[in-house]
This record gives sequence, C-alpha cells and structure tokens, in this order.
Amino acid sequence: MLDDFFVRALVAGIGFALVTGPLGAFVVWRRMAYFGDTMAHSALLGVAISLLLNINMMVGVVAAALLVSGALLVLEKRGVFSSDALLGILSHSTLALGLVLVGFMSWVRIDLMALLFGDILAVSKSDIALIYGFGALILVGIAWGWRALIAATVNVELAQAEGMHPQRARIMLMVFLAILIAVAMKIVGILLITALLIIPAAAARRLSASPEQMVVIASIIGVMAVVGGLNLSLLYDTPSGPSIVVAALGLFLLSLTPLAVIWRKNTKAS
Amino acid sequence: MAKKDLLVSLKNVGVERDGKWLVRGVDFEVRRGEIVTLIGPNGSGKSTSVKCALGVIDPTEGQVNRATDLVVSYVPQKFNLDWTLPLSVKRLMNLTAHHSHADIEEALEQVGIAHLADAEVSHLSGGELQRAQLARAMLRKPDLLVLDEPVQGVDFQGEVALYELIAHMRDHHNCGVLLISHDLHVVMAATDTVICMNGHVCCRGAPKQVAQSAEYQQLFGVRRSEALAIYDHQHDHTHLPDGRVKHADGTICEDCDHSHGAHDHKEHDHA
Repeated sequence: MLDDFFVRALVAGIGFALVTGPLGAFVVWRRMAYFGDTMAHSALLGVAISLLLNINMMVGVVAAALLVSGALLVLEKRGVFSSDALLGILSHSTLALGLVLVGFMSWVRIDLMALLFGDILAVSKSDIALIYGFGALILVGIAWGWRALIAATVNVELAQAEGMHPQRARIMLMVFLAILIAVAMKIVGILLITALLIIPAAAARRLSASPEQMVVIASIIGVMAVVGGLNLSLLYDTPSGPSIVVAALGLFLLSLTPLAVIWRKNTKAS
Repeated sequence: MAKKDLLVSLKNVGVERDGKWLVRGVDFEVRRGEIVTLIGPNGSGKSTSVKCALGVIDPTEGQVNRATDLVVSYVPQKFNLDWTLPLSVKRLMNLTAHHSHADIEEALEQVGIAHLADAEVSHLSGGELQRAQLARAMLRKPDLLVLDEPVQGVDFQGEVALYELIAHMRDHHNCGVLLISHDLHVVMAATDTVICMNGHVCCRGAPKQVAQSAEYQQLFGVRRSEALAIYDHQHDHTHLPDGRVKHADGTICEDCDHSHGAHDHKEHDHA
C-alpha cells in the first residue's frame, strides 16, 4: 500500500496533522505563533550546520531550534529590545545565515525549494516511520503533562504557587516544537510549518467548548486539510505544501461562518 | 493554648531587581486559622512579598520557610486569559487538581455561581470571576489560602460577600489566609494582623472593629460594617515624594533601613 507515492504522502501528512493539532493549540493559546515561526526558520541554519559538521540532519535542526529559543530567552531577560523585535531579528537572520552557509558549500547540492516549501510527494517509508515514532512520543508527552501544561497556560504564577512547575511545561513545549519542525521539514517545508500549527487550531476554536475538545478538533481539521490539499494538488497539479495550507485556510474561513455556531449547538444538545 | 501551626514565615526578606530593591526587610508569618492582610500603596512590594511567600520568586536576601507538604491555593489578581483558550467555569475548577463532579457543584453553589458552571471564564464579570476563583481555591482544601486584591473591581455588596466567603473558608477549613488589599484604611474585619508596607514593613497591628459605631453603620449599612474594619496606621517615619524617608527625629535617609536605629517609634503618617 505504501508503495504508491500519493498514499505515502497522505499517511505522512495525516501523521503530521495529528501532532500539530495539540501542539498548535498551545502555540495559539500561549501566543507563540511568531516564536514557532522563528524556530522553524532556524531549521535552515540547522541543516547548513549539520552538513558542515557532517552530523545527522535531525539532530542539527533540533539543536539549532533549541539554541535559538534559548538565545531568545536570554535576550528577553536582558530586556533591551521587545520580544517582538528580537523574534524578527532572530527569525530572519537565522534563515539568511542558513541560506548563506548553504551557498558557501559548493560541494553539496541540496534542494532548497524542498526545504523551504516541502516535498511531501517524495516522503519515504523511513520518513513515515520517523513521523509516527516522534509524533507518538510528542502526543504521549503532551497527554502526560496535560494538567500542568494547561495550568501554566492559564496563569504561570498560579501554576507555580500550586506546584505545577510551569517552567518545565514551557521547556517541554519548546523541545516538542523543535522535534516536530525537524521531522516535518520535509513535508510542508520550513516556511509553512507554522501555518499548519496555527490555522487548524484557530479553526477549531469556535467549534470547541473545552481545551480537550479543541485539540481533538484541531487534529481533525488538520487531517481534513492534508487530505483536501493533497487531492487539490493532484487534481490541479499545484504545489502540495501550499495546497495543504490553502485547504486549511478554507476550513478556517468556514469556521468563521454561522455554520460553526450551529455545529456547536448541535453537539451540545446531543 | 498550644502555638498554632506555622504555615509560612518570612525573615528579613528582600528582593532586588536591576540594582533596585523592590522590597527589603520584610518579616511576617501566617499561622493556621489566622488571617493576615497586607496593605500599602501601589509598588510598595505587597505582591512581591506574597510571591516570595508562595515560592513564585526567590528572595535576594533573607529566608522564607514553608511548612512541609503545604497545600496552597492562590487567587491571582489578574487572570489574562487568552480568548482562544476555551475554558468553562467547571473546567477551571479542575485546573491544578481533579475534583469530583459533586464537589464542584457544591463549591459553586457555596459561592453562589452554580448557574454559571458552563459559562466561559472569559465572559465572567469581575465579581463572578473572583467567586469562581474562590470556589477553585476552596476545592483544593488548602492549608494556606493566598489572595491578591480579591475585591478589586468588585462592587460594594460584592466586596462584603467576598469577605464573608473568605472568613467562612477560614472557619470551615481552618486554613491560614494571606490577603492583599488595595484599601489603605478599610480592611476585612476578620483580619488578625494588618501589615502596612511601603518597600518595607511600615507598621503592623490589629484592625479596629467598627460595627458598634452608629455613624459607621449609618454610613455603610449594618452588613458592610460587620464585614469591614478600620486600620489605624502607627508610623514612625514619612515617605517623601522623592522616595527618601524622613524619620520621627527629623533625619532623612535614602531608604527605610531599620538597622541603623537612628530613630525610635513615634506616630506619624505618609506624606
């Protein structure tokens, strides 16, 4: 079954969407959208460094993403620039640094377009194994730390005072984001990862009455976007990664219509 | 009578941020069954001191001791809930620990917002949110209940009702209560100790019951006058507008460092 490239793409995309639901919900709740974007952009720097040092690409990307988020924390504490400006600086300079470094390495040939926009139609069986393996790890981690994660999102000081270790929750989310970016780079590309974190979660908001509901609905919407987007790209021969994002956008716009209110009323009544 | 259990104590606590002392030389303790109220102007270090007591921030100097296995319930001043997080009142009750459905219903009933169980927290009014927070705090059956300006933004009747609920919780669960109040002169009547702060502990004492005063009853109504009390400040120094401190003997210093002992304790007020 996995011998067909389209089926492989579907399976990989669905696995990715299942993870972006819960993780994306936290990105939206904690207003980390730009932060996630910055981490994703630093992935290109991670790729360049891992090529330069000849280390595993996933390790390089996770390390770069964590390094950048750590640098952000330190710079934020110094409090000279607003975190908004810092994110802008880090986000674009890591992307540029990555591009410059890759340009220097004339001895390697990498498909830059695939890195930036993804090439889901080229995923291999081992890519799928990677997505489902790490995806399961992230989902189990989120489920395990659920109460602390929610408490830390609602109010950091309250969580701290009542022994929920909000700093631990924050680090956990950062590590999971870094891993997801490293795994998902191939699918939708560095530039579009954040879109699939945020749009399905945002679309789920008006359909949900609790955080638990929202992460499940976000996952379902993500899966619908992947299936819809891939079929769209097959039908009209459009680029697959952007097609998935466009499908997600369509679902988000649909969630803004009165349809969402009707849907919620029906689920409440049943 | 045996000394009641000590829940939390601060000894000579100071917090420095960016070379500036937010608060210094803070001493106080909260025992089981006791209500301690911190008062003082904005930026006087009330919240900072309470956060030290909670372990949310570590003091730069001094010592904070908390009883072992202390169960704390904290009612923060601001919630800042993002609209994107769907959170019903019922779900809020289970924020940091799981409680049974029946317990939650009972707690919401007690604070008078049972009808709001399914309402979204971000849609609640100030008073409703405080009641919901109190219900949540109560469900944890805390040893220590900490509230940061619980009556701010709440109307007259609401203020009295909230104070009655807090006093009820103290009586019912025999917990210690540490409370921050925004009002410099009117405090909760059930308060055992009032601590007035302005970068340090300015003075401390018990509030004066006013329920008996006929004028006060006429002014505020019987119910309100039973829930509230007047606190008379006993200051030995004045805070000048430029941040310096003038002591009773006329000396002026940069801060309220009590260690030099250049002054003795006489009464006067803040400038």
